[in-house]
Amino acid sequence: MNTKGRFGQYGGQYVPEIVMPALNELEAAYLRYKEDPDFQNQFRTLLREYAGRPTNLYYAEKLTKHYGRARIFLKREDLLHTGAHKINNALGQALLAKLMGKKRIVAETGAGQHGVASATVAALFGMECHVFMGALDVERQKLNVFRMKLLGAKVIPVTSGTGTLKDATSEAIRYWATNITDTHYIIGSAVGPHPYPTMVRDFQKIIGEEIREQIKEKTGGLPNYLVACVGGGSNAIGTFFDFRDEQSVRKFGVEAGGRSDKVADNAKTLSGAGEPGILHGAFSYLLQTPDGQVVEAYSISAGLDYPGVGPEHSYFKDAGIVRYVSVTDQEALDAFQRLSKIEGIIPALESSHALAYLETLMPETKPEESVVVCLSGRGDKDVAMVARALGEDIEL
Amino acid sequence: MTRIDKVMAGLKAAGKKGMFIYITAGVPDAATTIEAVRQAKRAGADVIELGLPFSDPMADGPVIQTASVAALKNGMTLAGALDIVREIRKFSDIPLIGMGYINNMYHYGLERFVRDFKAAGMDGVIIPDLPHEESGGMRRICAAQDFVLAEFITPGTTEPRMEQTCRDAAGFIYCVSNNGVTGVKKVDYHPIGQVCAKARKYTDTPLAVGFGIGSAEAAVEAAEEADAVIVGSAVVRCLLDHRMDDAVALIREMRQALDARYAV
Repeated sequence: MNTKGRFGQYGGQYVPEIVMPALNELEAAYLRYKEDPDFQNQFRTLLREYAGRPTNLYYAEKLTKHYGRARIFLKREDLLHTGAHKINNALGQALLAKLMGKKRIVAETGAGQHGVASATVAALFGMECHVFMGALDVERQKLNVFRMKLLGAKVIPVTSGTGTLKDATSEAIRYWATNITDTHYIIGSAVGPHPYPTMVRDFQKIIGEEIREQIKEKTGGLPNYLVACVGGGSNAIGTFFDFRDEQSVRKFGVEAGGRSDKVADNAKTLSGAGEPGILHGAFSYLLQTPDGQVVEAYSISAGLDYPGVGPEHSYFKDAGIVRYVSVTDQEALDAFQRLSKIEGIIPALESSHALAYLETLMPETKPEESVVVCLSGRGDKDVAMVARALGEDIEL
Repeated sequence: MTRIDKVMAGLKAAGKKGMFIYITAGVPDAATTIEAVRQAKRAGADVIELGLPFSDPMADGPVIQTASVAALKNGMTLAGALDIVREIRKFSDIPLIGMGYINNMYHYGLERFVRDFKAAGMDGVIIPDLPHEESGGMRRICAAQDFVLAEFITPGTTEPRMEQTCRDAAGFIYCVSNNGVTGVKKVDYHPIGQVCAKARKYTDTPLAVGFGIGSAEAAVEAAEEADAVIVGSAVVRCLLDHRMDDAVALIREMRQALDARYAV
């Protein structure tokens, strides 16, 4: 087994040979710039001045009262430019691509958040941008499609396979393989072949680092609980990584329970029927049939319906570092409305999964404890979808 | 010596270029796949690549993606592919190389995969998402059972890497054109040709060029520095459209063009 880019037994580089030189080039560049103070300086400046970091750790007093137990804090990634944590990674990778002399960005997107983040940074750095998006998602997320076009990106609907996020990812990899010398692939989550899972985690780990400092100021110690939603798992790995060795901090990764526990009705890769397998270049837990075919994942949240998961999460699961759980579509919808009404914050449907888990978690907590929920994105993009789910049709 | 070694040695002795024909197992059904192999052999194919359909074929273009989806919908499985191999062995000794993705094989069990397919009569396997870095375990399993595991080189393969690849090669080396994914396309075969020429320094293993070849003209061009060409999507397109005669005509045309240009 290749030991490069492994988290326990997970990870690796399961890609066509034609992609290997590009991965090697990317790894070398990343390792060089990771230690380069100039690169770090540029990255931190962009995060601060352009994206809006640090994000607040907001004490949700009314939500705390609602449950009457531990104090609840929300890590406000939803306040970042473009509306989600995705921009952290997109900025880091685009900066790296620019320094590597790449002319073009290719990205995949589900709901369109990562596509918008990629289109945004491509505009900022003056690079061409191609975004692959499942044909069904193009239909469902017209607003984000138009945003990407405004930003100068080309959105390519993907009809191959089942025409969803996993197929958009395969198509982005194929495009990359065909244009390997002048194109950088900005993968949107902590998934894919090495060095992506490590690199994306490093660009997102600032979330947890900020939480550590901010919670210390507010409570004088460490948080007792961390909660984040998991699709591919980039906001979750960003939240958990800095606390991976702190056993006193209990960490919960919340997956999409979807409509039911039946096959293809959920995205419970780690908390449900997933088994180790290989998809999109990495060995990790995977929803698959008994014959090793990848199963389509489902969730009301387009950012969570991915049948795989980042390899470091697979390792965290096996090592017992994080507990992976799930909530249903309905529970996420309830949490979406609850936070809107109680705190005046409309969360993304993805983040609503993390919030929904408070229903289970809070009764176990004590008033002197603290819970941090990663509010990974804002819900503006989801209002039409939620309206439909609640039986109201609004034109958008 | 595997069947593929014998066939490649025979071609070399005869001064001819080889032609590998890729056929997705189960498109449009198992019976047609078996018949297609029979006819491809008759029309001049030297080696058959039997596609083992996967839900997410990362290295394949639209035609083979469509074929994979269709085959899976028709219920094709690894067990079904084993039956096809056994049926083919009842009437032909043509080398058979499986082409599939690592997840299916991993899920089936790598040792069990090699043992079962070898016993059924398959000669080796191409795994496009298993680069040299990750193939150590599978290479040992294959070597122990005299089962070919194809190595890859591409126009971007550096010379130190090529040296390593060539050292571990058995059967043949899959030389990928700069097309990136499978599918008929106008491709400049010079970059991969140059890489082939360099690879000769390190190996006597036959070199087979693929990705993009869809006509007799392209086959002749791609074969220049290679020992064989690999043709997939152009044939599969015909089979998907229930045009077996067109597939056979294309194979025959390529055979004639290759022999006219290269056979001594």
